[in-house]
Amino acid sequence: MDSGSVAWVLVSAALVLFMTPGLAFFYGGMDRNRNVLNMLMMNFWCMLVIPVLWVTIGYSLAQQPIGNDLIGGFDAAFLNGIGILGDNGGTIATIAFLGMFATITPALISGAVADRMKFSAWAIFVPLWSLLVFCPVFKWLYGGFLGKRGSLDFAGGTAIHVNAGIAALAAVLVLGKRKGWPRDAQPPHSMPLVMIGTGILWFGWFGFNAGSALSANGQAAQAFMNTFLAAAAAGIAWALVEKLRDGHFTNLGVASGIVAGLVAITPASGYVSGAAPIIIGLLTGVVCCYAVRLKFKAGFDDALDVVGVHFVGGLVGSLTIGFFANPAFFGGSFHRGIFYGGGLGLLGEQLLANGVTIVYSFVVTTLILLALKRTIGIRVSSENETLGLDYSEHRETAYHNL
Amino acid sequence: MKLITAIVKPFKLDDVKEALRGLGVVGLTVSEVRGFGRQGGHTETYRGSEYRIEFVPKIKLEIVVEDDRLAIVLDEIEKAATTGQIGDGKIWVTTVDELIRIRTGERGDDAI
Repeated sequence: MDSGSVAWVLVSAALVLFMTPGLAFFYGGMDRNRNVLNMLMMNFWCMLVIPVLWVTIGYSLAQQPIGNDLIGGFDAAFLNGIGILGDNGGTIATIAFLGMFATITPALISGAVADRMKFSAWAIFVPLWSLLVFCPVFKWLYGGFLGKRGSLDFAGGTAIHVNAGIAALAAVLVLGKRKGWPRDAQPPHSMPLVMIGTGILWFGWFGFNAGSALSANGQAAQAFMNTFLAAAAAGIAWALVEKLRDGHFTNLGVASGIVAGLVAITPASGYVSGAAPIIIGLLTGVVCCYAVRLKFKAGFDDALDVVGVHFVGGLVGSLTIGFFANPAFFGGSFHRGIFYGGGLGLLGEQLLANGVTIVYSFVVTTLILLALKRTIGIRVSSENETLGLDYSEHRETAYHNL
Repeated sequence: MKLITAIVKPFKLDDVKEALRGLGVVGLTVSEVRGFGRQGGHTETYRGSEYRIEFVPKIKLEIVVEDDRLAIVLDEIEKAATTGQIGDGKIWVTTVDELIRIRTGERGDDAI
């Protein structure tokens, strides 16, 4: 790897790490004031456990040896055999970068299980889910059988957002509804925290998407531009739907739109150009603004809308690749989308890759949580749920008065 | 001595304070409170879901005055706090049996 690319990948890795606290504030602000520290801790826990797990065995299972179709092996456990002399440190930089993705992926699920999950259960769920769900799905899409067939996922729309989004649905179905939901659902306790979290996420997402070129090149520059545009367009779309439907431009609508747009452009960011990111953003902003209401119709308590934003947004973005992929622009060799004369082939591969991910992630997440439920239990007591998880799980209080 | 308790709209606090200063009132206690009256609560919408906020934020002022100043102080608070809209608040008056300035031990009107 050339020195410019090593520098860019390292900077991108740091940007992606910053997204996890950003997510923590985005979720924490939406949460109740007696559960905000628990929400922050669920996210920060991923920043502790996953890096260690990733280097111990996660990276090896998710990638090495490259030729495997289903799962890697133990050859690169503890980064065995990976040096810095032959490739200017490019491989180490890439492994660190991918480790940041591994870190934020389970963190996304925390928003769905907010307000009621035992922290000890979460602490065990995170590494188990990473090994049993994230690592194999990552392998299938990047170098494994789904990737080899020709499906595209530039920065993790399927591997990360669809994967974590459907896992969030499985998690809330096993965990059950919060006490009093939907009758007593509470509004966000701190919208300013939500907005600063959104800003941090957008900032970090430039590393997430543009860094996924794994090179300081034109594809990285276009992915950067797409990340810039799709978020803005989706924020506009969501805010406009709320203005027309509910009467006001809301901060939460803008924040939700920005995040939905970032999610949607993630898989497409290295394959689309021109007006495509704006169209993808506008489309996602509208679709997700309505998708977050599904939980009320279907009766699943996805507390902070992980399904409506990450699952739906990731899926929409991934499928738009089937229409907008433009290899001529990038000088790449990937399949063309329908709008560039590519036919239905790529869209079919996108559907297959997401379908396999959805089924596998949903089933295995359900099994993991059922196993934890039968053994250590996954839900706090009714009394502690009322008292708040900040105190019951951590013996801390976010806001002291007097 | 009388204790005047006034519940007013938060943005009217400065007007009331200035009016009382103008009368030479030398002390008052302010608290941020929540409640409902005829105004009721209001609704807020987050991600398309309406939430009913039952208790709206108000400011509570407490002022102890000499009996002979009661009428004029009440008038000034009323004038300063009114907007004519629903939710302007209320003022009530209670009799104070004793007042003590802790530092000096003064009692009654001398402690005001």
